[in-house]
Amino acid sequence: MNSAITLHSEQSLLYKIKHINWGLVALILAISGIGFAALYSAAGGNFSPWASKQMVRFGVGLVGMFAIALIDIKWWFRLVWPCYFLGLFLLVVVEIMGQVGMGAQRWINLGFMQLQPSEVMKVAVVMALARYFHAATVEDMRRIYFLIIPALIIMAPVSLVLLQPDLGTSLMIIMAGASMLFMAGASIWLFIIGGVAVLAAIPIAWHFMHDYQKQRVMTFLDPESDPLGAGYHITQSKIALGSGGIEGRGFLEGTQSRLNFLPEKQTDFIFTLWAEEQGLMGGLLLLFLFGLVFFYGALIAMRCRHHFGKYLALGLSVNFSLYVFINIAMVMGLIPVVGAPLPLISYGGTSMLATLIGFGLMMSCSIHHDSKVSR
Amino acid sequence: MSFIKKEKDHEKLFTRRAVIIGGVQAGILGVLGTRLAWLQVSQGEKYRTLSDKNRINIKMLAPSRGQIVDRFGVPLAINSQNFRVLVVPEQARDLEQSLRSLQNHIEISEDQIQDVLKTAKKTAKFVPIEVKDDLEWEDVATIEVNLPDLPGLSTDSGERRLYPFGEATAHVIGYVGAVNKNEIGDDPVLSLPGFKIGKTGVEKRFDLEMRGKKGSAQVEVNVAGREVRELKTQGSHSGRRIELTLDGEFQRFTQSVLARERSASAVVMDAHTGAIYALASSPAFDPNLFTSGLPADVWEELLANPAHPLTNKAIAGQYPPASTFKMITALAGLQDGKINSKRVSHCTGRYEYGKDKFHCWKRGGHGWVGLSQALAVSCDTYFYELATEVGIDKIAETARMFGLGDKLGFELKEERPGLVPDKNWKLGHNGKVWRPGETIVASIGQGYLLATPLQLAVMTARLVNGGYAVKPWMTDGELATNELREGDKWPKMDINPAHLKKVKQGMDRAVNHEKGTAYGSRIENPDTAFGGKTGTGQVQRITMSQRLAGIKNEDLAWKQRHHALFVGYAPLKNPQYVCAVVVEHGVGGSKTAAPIARDLLSEVQKRNPRSQGLKG
Repeated sequence: MNSAITLHSEQSLLYKIKHINWGLVALILAISGIGFAALYSAAGGNFSPWASKQMVRFGVGLVGMFAIALIDIKWWFRLVWPCYFLGLFLLVVVEIMGQVGMGAQRWINLGFMQLQPSEVMKVAVVMALARYFHAATVEDMRRIYFLIIPALIIMAPVSLVLLQPDLGTSLMIIMAGASMLFMAGASIWLFIIGGVAVLAAIPIAWHFMHDYQKQRVMTFLDPESDPLGAGYHITQSKIALGSGGIEGRGFLEGTQSRLNFLPEKQTDFIFTLWAEEQGLMGGLLLLFLFGLVFFYGALIAMRCRHHFGKYLALGLSVNFSLYVFINIAMVMGLIPVVGAPLPLISYGGTSMLATLIGFGLMMSCSIHHDSKVSR
Repeated sequence: MSFIKKEKDHEKLFTRRAVIIGGVQAGILGVLGTRLAWLQVSQGEKYRTLSDKNRINIKMLAPSRGQIVDRFGVPLAINSQNFRVLVVPEQARDLEQSLRSLQNHIEISEDQIQDVLKTAKKTAKFVPIEVKDDLEWEDVATIEVNLPDLPGLSTDSGERRLYPFGEATAHVIGYVGAVNKNEIGDDPVLSLPGFKIGKTGVEKRFDLEMRGKKGSAQVEVNVAGREVRELKTQGSHSGRRIELTLDGEFQRFTQSVLARERSASAVVMDAHTGAIYALASSPAFDPNLFTSGLPADVWEELLANPAHPLTNKAIAGQYPPASTFKMITALAGLQDGKINSKRVSHCTGRYEYGKDKFHCWKRGGHGWVGLSQALAVSCDTYFYELATEVGIDKIAETARMFGLGDKLGFELKEERPGLVPDKNWKLGHNGKVWRPGETIVASIGQGYLLATPLQLAVMTARLVNGGYAVKPWMTDGELATNELREGDKWPKMDINPAHLKKVKQGMDRAVNHEKGTAYGSRIENPDTAFGGKTGTGQVQRITMSQRLAGIKNEDLAWKQRHHALFVGYAPLKNPQYVCAVVVEHGVGGSKTAAPIARDLLSEVQKRNPRSQGLKG
């Protein structure tokens, strides 16, 4: 049995390439392809300025994804803490740059792209939690003090992101962290109590909110009340989606996006553009493809022989699904406008990069599902 | 063993939790899919409509207002291109800010800005409002270039009404102006920015006909409101062209002749058809000022002017007809058989009836006068005597037969009825019984009697055209109210031609006999010579002290002077043209009105409009 593990951990490159999860790669290509088409349409039938750039980034990201996938998962296991603390460090750097530059700053200019450390941090938090829970037993998970360190792992980046201030991203990190706790076996009661606590906190939070924040909440609850002001985005997005109908307005024919009634059509509201032009059919197709990705993620996690891989693969899959859910729920007017991109589709470098890194790690888990990862 | 079992339990726990996570994910996907289906299928129609509402603007296309031309086709009211700048409040996020930015590019007064802001409050947010019109092409170009910095603003090229004859046609053609709140009816075209409707004159009377029908264009607009393309266009139908019987040049001439006096009006008409060749009132105003927003001070001045420049006195001015009424009194007597044409009276300058004394205008009197002589020298006594025999009711009946005392159904709504009193009228008016002295006053066209210049012209036409009851008109075809159709004649009046001949003889003598009151204004050429009757209408009673002191009327203040009247016809044989002239406070008919009538009748015969152009 030991020999088998040894054998697998020193698989030949050809063997690894053969065992790359090509189905998942095909899904990623399909979803990204939809993204390129949508960006091409957003520019009124032009590759510039969005689609062409996005394709280049995707190409670079894809190479990175394969490179990460081919590196044995145990190396990644060892690199977890350096990655996590590098991410934290970058968040601090951004914060300081923001202070110096007099204003909120969320990115670092690397010359060829603008890096948003918070995006990278989402992956790093999942990695760190996976590593921590890797060694945990069922009993460990029942002990409250055992969960102090995971809480710190989550809250450190969350508080830094909150300082930016970026409420949406911090909430997403918390949700991703919570789902990690859940899959690692934390008590159901923890979530029930947590949920009740959040509900109880709502009236208190309301009391301490600024008027403009209250206004935002009210606008979310009834966007039509202010169709030209705060509710403008969501009202126009719903009009665009609804007007698409079952069959859509046709490629390049979405009037809401083409005539600029739809704001942020190349980033946060790109799903709207797609569903306006491709209708219910196109929208459901995209949802279905995303659903298959989640399924692949769960499948990889199940097949993985080591806890680190299980947690990492499922965590990354859940993280990915959170993006998808929040973005699509937002453009449909189910949740407030928080400013979250649709992964693989929205125009944006860091998001694309972080997503592909995540898939690289997921695939590494898949290729090296039998790797011996020390406790 | 226990390690392996624990590991298995752990595995099971993870699988369980993973399945739960997968279930939640599937559930959320289901919710999203359902929401998408709800939006796109159940609500699809609604959002499709909203989307179209977003992108499609219905643009109304203003119809071109019908032209007004004279009998020769000479334009009296036309449309000239007018560049305007408009603003849609909805598209200007901050309306005032947009207008202030516009101020950096073109000249706009504070008043204009306040006007737009006021209008914006009253109308729907998507309705364009005219900010300024009559822009120079350079201004339009400047605005166009700077449109990105001027949200909500746009320029267009509309039409502006232009009156080439200016003051000369101010009253008869009238003018157009902005639509008042209470004028906005069902016609959506009225809500177009800067749309103008007729306010007076022909412009008002035939406003509906000239207005035309709006067109519409569906345009696709982007979020900034800029038109991307036109989807569907339905052109507008321009309004109907109105042809008038007027002779534009002669109208201008008439206006200039009237302008000699401080306040006067005149009508020149075809004696047989009733077609109007000129209808003017002086002083006038420049109607072109009215189409582009009249300056307040000009408006105030027009209102304050005692000569009432805004009133069309030719049809709305009501004056005592004075001696021009004497033909009616004479005819009433002749028709009634109370007098015959050979009757003579002795005028001593004074006529006594009961205890009352009535004066002839000439101190010392005219001596023995017959009918035509009485008309020629305008002897009052002759008619005093005659009237007491005939009575007011017969006189009133004759007056009405000749078109006095009621509206004539002329096209212009400003027309007023005048007044012909009789016994019943007085009873109804103030419940008092008619006194014989009032008949005496009425016999020389004073007292309650009132007539408009238009009525006096019609009266004259009926006197000289062989006894046909002509009515005045300016438009032909289906628009006409009083048109004389080709080949038709106006109904013959029940009047003895010999009596008319006698009266006409008196009118001939009044101008062409050396003792006639208008002898000084005669035309010596027998081909174009004219006949007529002077009139001098008392504005206030001549007091005994004035009479004794021999104060001349022209020495009084303008407002107290007599009105001067003249009705005339030409040529003498077979009259074609009639005219009526009233000079307000012109002292005497022979002094001011007759010279004007001479010039008008001379000119109209020279131009002879009845022989050309529009029939009639």
